[in-house]
Amino acid sequence: MPNNRHGVVVQMESPNLIPERDLGTIPVLQAEHLGIDFGGLTAVDDFNIAMGRSEISGIIGPNGAGKTTIFNLLTNVYKPTRGTILLDGIDTAGKSMVQVNKMGIARTFQNIRLFSQMTVEQNVLVGLGNSMSTRLVDDIFRTPKHWKQEREFHDQAMELLSFFGMERFANTKAGNLPYGEQRRLEILRALGTHPKVLLLDEPAAGMNPNETEDLMENILRIRDEFHLAVLLIEHDMRLVMGVCEVVAVLDYGKIIAKGTPEEIQNDPRVIEAYLGKQEVK
Amino acid sequence: MDQELNGGQERPYVTAKASRNGGGRKTLSTKKRYIINALLFVAMLAIGEGLIDNGFISRYQTTVIEQIGIYIIMAVSLNVATGYLGQLPLGHAGFMSVGGYSCAIFIIRMMPVFDLNMRSFVTGEPMAVVLFIVGVLFGGLMAGLSGLIIGIPALRLKGDYLAIITLGFAEIIRVVMLNIDGVVGFELTGGAKGLTGIPSYTNFLNTFIVVGIVLFLIHTMMKSRHGRAILAIRDNEIAAEATGVNTTYYKTLAFVASAFFAGVGGALYAGCIGVMAPAKFGFMKSIEILVMVVLGGMGSMLGSVLSATVLTILPEALRAFADYRMVVYAVVLILVMIFRPQGLLGTYDFSMGDFLERLINGELFRGKSKQKSEEVEANA
Repeated sequence: MPNNRHGVVVQMESPNLIPERDLGTIPVLQAEHLGIDFGGLTAVDDFNIAMGRSEISGIIGPNGAGKTTIFNLLTNVYKPTRGTILLDGIDTAGKSMVQVNKMGIARTFQNIRLFSQMTVEQNVLVGLGNSMSTRLVDDIFRTPKHWKQEREFHDQAMELLSFFGMERFANTKAGNLPYGEQRRLEILRALGTHPKVLLLDEPAAGMNPNETEDLMENILRIRDEFHLAVLLIEHDMRLVMGVCEVVAVLDYGKIIAKGTPEEIQNDPRVIEAYLGKQEVK
Repeated sequence: MDQELNGGQERPYVTAKASRNGGGRKTLSTKKRYIINALLFVAMLAIGEGLIDNGFISRYQTTVIEQIGIYIIMAVSLNVATGYLGQLPLGHAGFMSVGGYSCAIFIIRMMPVFDLNMRSFVTGEPMAVVLFIVGVLFGGLMAGLSGLIIGIPALRLKGDYLAIITLGFAEIIRVVMLNIDGVVGFELTGGAKGLTGIPSYTNFLNTFIVVGIVLFLIHTMMKSRHGRAILAIRDNEIAAEATGVNTTYYKTLAFVASAFFAGVGGALYAGCIGVMAPAKFGFMKSIEILVMVVLGGMGSMLGSVLSATVLTILPEALRAFADYRMVVYAVVLILVMIFRPQGLLGTYDFSMGDFLERLINGELFRGKSKQKSEEVEANA
């Protein structure tokens, strides 16, 4: 992809963990030597990632390893102290959260952040609404354009809700949904912004094994139907090992291991980070 | 499912609901809903006007009713910033005074140009009607502009800080109105003695037409992508931003809209009262309006309308007990805050269309329990 309206496409050396099918294209998300300090504390240091356009990757690590901080860096909630983030080849430095979202990155939150007083459909419509083109005048004077778009986007919202079979909740307040459905709604809301990369922050937290099973299937379905890459943070190893093609293990803000799930499971450094070092007597 | 029958986009969920009920439920099209509401509104105006013409409602009562209309506008406009946007500005009286002074000065200055006198507005000369419309719009625009100037820096702050800064700005506006004559060198606002000679350009009819328009515009703004973005910011600002909602823009939009409508209310107020004085627009006025919104329920338009009505009538009715008025006021508020902290109506909003729909389907008294079971189902 040559220059586009966001800026000049920057090329970076291609790391080798991108799945073969995505090799011909620019990595959809790339982070190089990413790091952030909070005062004297280095929360993330030298974080590198390159994701193919249809890749599913996972970040695992003990609590406080800096996983969510990485998501906050990737979505420009925090400004990185060091390093570069390329989204579809374009540097995101200096962009706002909104701009980065429009460039194609959407996320969910570890502690669910829904618009809880709004209905389920309205929640989805907030994300979809970015693509609406009615001006304020159209809306307040109810021009035909307003009606046309509201109808179109209502249908789109319903279609999106039907992805998780949530149409029946369309008119329910988001805050009144059961927990699992809230997590799903958050994913749908993010999908409504038409992202190229979806960041899921502990999507299986608080789910029972059956729901986790469903979620694994759903993540694959999302990847295939919405044609996007998924990066997820998760503590549930069954999910990570089940759907991720590449897993990065984070400890104290640094990647200590990276590879396929099998490699990670047998990596002594990972075992050390999770279980501690074996004492030799 | 017949597109024309399913209630259209105003109530998009009707489709889902109707299909769940096997499509047997009668619904009203959006067009019909609008027509019904318009007819009811016109009927209300006609009845009111008729009662006034027949002398059934006295002059004094008419003034109180006009003030009810004005406070409805004030409460509903503040509700945009508090109930919908979720901020707490404490300077609404400032915008009201900007609108009031702007409109009054504009009309006073324009009267000689168009050869109008004080009577012209009462008899309803065409040129006076035009001047009224332009004047009210001008008042709204000036207030909207000051809302923009205040909003851009103020909206970077949150909660208490926003409250304090808006409070400060309202005081600045009051002091400006008090002293601007000395600065510009000619009589503009009349300073502390007030602005007099304002023709009484409001009456029951035009006040309530404006009320209707304001309610309509706020309603349509909120039931659109712009309104959803504003509500999203209230519910979760970070999530809204991550979902691509330009929070700075929408916060400013809601704040300016709130100021604009407050200016419109102020413009009517000037015509209704006839004398503008800076002292009328102090801190207490802002609080008075805020109390209406909080009492009615933040985020409920009907709540704002009802509590504005009650809280305008109450002081008038209690005039004989003027000394105890504030005591009663305070007690009522404390009781409401203890027993219904979300306000009398919470975020509930009335929809005539939904009401009639339930009526023709015979669900008027079943509606509540059905909704409840739905929620139980959702929580299961």
